[in-house]
Amino acid sequence: MSAPTIETSYREAVREAIRDAIKRDPRVFLMGEDVGRYGGCYAVSKGLYDEFGPERIRDTPLSESGFTGAGIGAAMGGMRPIVEIMTVNFSLLALDQIVNNAATIRHMSGGQFSVPLVIRMATGAGRQLAAQHSHSLEGWYAHIPGIKVVAPATLEDARGMLWTALEDPDPVVIFEHVMLYNRTGPLAADAGPVAIAAAAVRRAGTDVTMITYGGSLYKTLEAAERLGDDGVAAEVIDLRSLRPLDDATVMTSVAKTHRAVIVDEGWRSGSLAAELSARIMEQAFWALDAPVGRVCSAEVPIPYPKHLEDAALPQVPVIVAAARATLGL
Amino acid sequence: MSDAGTYVGDTKLHLNRDHALHLLREMLRIRRFEERCAELYTEEKIRGFLHLCIGEEAIAVGTMQCLTPDDAVLATYREHGHALARGLPMTTLMAEMYGKREGCSRGRGGSMHLFDAATRFYGGNAIVGGLLPLAIGLALADKMQGRARVTACFFGEGAAAEGEFHESLNLAALWQLPVLFVCENNLYAMGTALERSESETHIFHKAQSYRIESEAVDGMDVLAIEVAARRAVAAVRAGEGPRFLECLTYRFRAHSMFDAQLYRDKAEVEVWKQKCPVLRLGHWLEETGMLDRAERARIEAEIEGELEAAEAFAEGGTWEPVEDLARDVYTEQPA
Repeated sequence: MSAPTIETSYREAVREAIRDAIKRDPRVFLMGEDVGRYGGCYAVSKGLYDEFGPERIRDTPLSESGFTGAGIGAAMGGMRPIVEIMTVNFSLLALDQIVNNAATIRHMSGGQFSVPLVIRMATGAGRQLAAQHSHSLEGWYAHIPGIKVVAPATLEDARGMLWTALEDPDPVVIFEHVMLYNRTGPLAADAGPVAIAAAAVRRAGTDVTMITYGGSLYKTLEAAERLGDDGVAAEVIDLRSLRPLDDATVMTSVAKTHRAVIVDEGWRSGSLAAELSARIMEQAFWALDAPVGRVCSAEVPIPYPKHLEDAALPQVPVIVAAARATLGL
Repeated sequence: MSDAGTYVGDTKLHLNRDHALHLLREMLRIRRFEERCAELYTEEKIRGFLHLCIGEEAIAVGTMQCLTPDDAVLATYREHGHALARGLPMTTLMAEMYGKREGCSRGRGGSMHLFDAATRFYGGNAIVGGLLPLAIGLALADKMQGRARVTACFFGEGAAAEGEFHESLNLAALWQLPVLFVCENNLYAMGTALERSESETHIFHKAQSYRIESEAVDGMDVLAIEVAARRAVAAVRAGEGPRFLECLTYRFRAHSMFDAQLYRDKAEVEVWKQKCPVLRLGHWLEETGMLDRAERARIEAEIEGELEAAEAFAEGGTWEPVEDLARDVYTEQPA
């Protein structure tokens, strides 16, 4: 017998996670641009300002570096801040704080100061917002030792990763893909914190391993269904954690299927897909029956018109073709 | 401080001989420590970047007198003086300069990244302007948790050109946070003179534009610094919001050990050296009869002894085993 579920959305799941964290721990507060009175750019924090007040749902000026650094300082000062950066595109203005401070202070201080900070940001393309609002830079962040990077793709993870991240003594960056906020589905009524370090097999299969994360998960699952129609059993791995990467889950699957395709909305050059491909080569070379395939974004600034945006991003037919190619089909 | 007696008067500073000698000793400790560091650098005991604050000692020393152990301190990469004045032991400081495991940052940081949890010394930040947002956060944590603590944040005038300076001043004023901003204006951002990089060269005017009570202070006068800092810290601690001090000073030595100083006249350096804060306080103490040659010699000998012990401690320190290279990138958690 399964537990009772509620019908909810990704957006509501994140909101419930924030509400839960603020209620659980007096040190937790949310800080960012328009998180309060406006209710959040993507309406994630809608209603929380009225419920918790301006101290704990703290609106900030458009000062990404300033308030991200303030989150780092507050974390060192004993708080458990959730910094919301409206989108990954604007996080570039806070890179100094994230890369030079959050990621380094523990090591550089010889272990004396930790930064128990959580940064949430929206990421990805698909809403015709053009080049400056469509970046997928998860791979950049995953490059940095000293921070952890997660990408919740499911309702369970949207609901459960935040608290686990807040309990982590080190900085955790959570990427929420903009195309996921409206996704709805059933979620266990008692859904709560989930472990964040391990990848998850979202669909079992024996013929090809398809590795993805975040907003590309559902495209990849759809591709796997189509492959299934043709008699190809694709296994789909949702990485969930982008730093650290769960090599074991990936290699176990590749050892079984002997083929791998990586679907990554980042640009191909220097991407997470490149890193995974190298790891598979290093750790599972002799298990492979075909070169590792990659489906990434085209190497262009993401354009505004729908047909060009679609052409720039990983799409189901291309994913299907990449998987078939590993099978010589 | 052109003549004896200027120190007392309308200030709340209770200046007695012990305190005056303490200030002199603290400035001399920094001076001698850094002079020794420069020598050790040429001996290749200290490597990397080495930024000396010689000439600027009064600012750290004067300000630290006004802080309590519970307060927080953040400084730039030119922070040996702040660390010493804050009370970090010279031994662990010197070991850090060497990169030894016994150093205050376990050897991981070196000269630019001195950290010490015991004295709430949050570094040692080598990105100009990068520490200001951290100060905002530390102060925000204090305010949200109802603690009457002060976060003191030391930075150079070069930081005023960075966006993080403006973002942080705005946040401090907007949220009325308990931050003491101390700008050490030594007139040069590395080799770029202030008037060549800023349209408004009075940094405290910028702070005033954010409605932060601000003043310019003679940064070569340790007592003027202490007086101003005492006033500012009292206001910050009383919950009156941030305060900003612009301390006018000068770096006597090169920016770093790699700097040939082609951007400033030797004559200008000499003029400023006449304003040396250590000399000024020393002369004044001698004029007022509070310091004689024997006492001065005793202080110098004490510091020399402390330095020798620090150097021996650093020499005797150990290297972090390479196996521990990745230690503390993340917090070790029970499996």
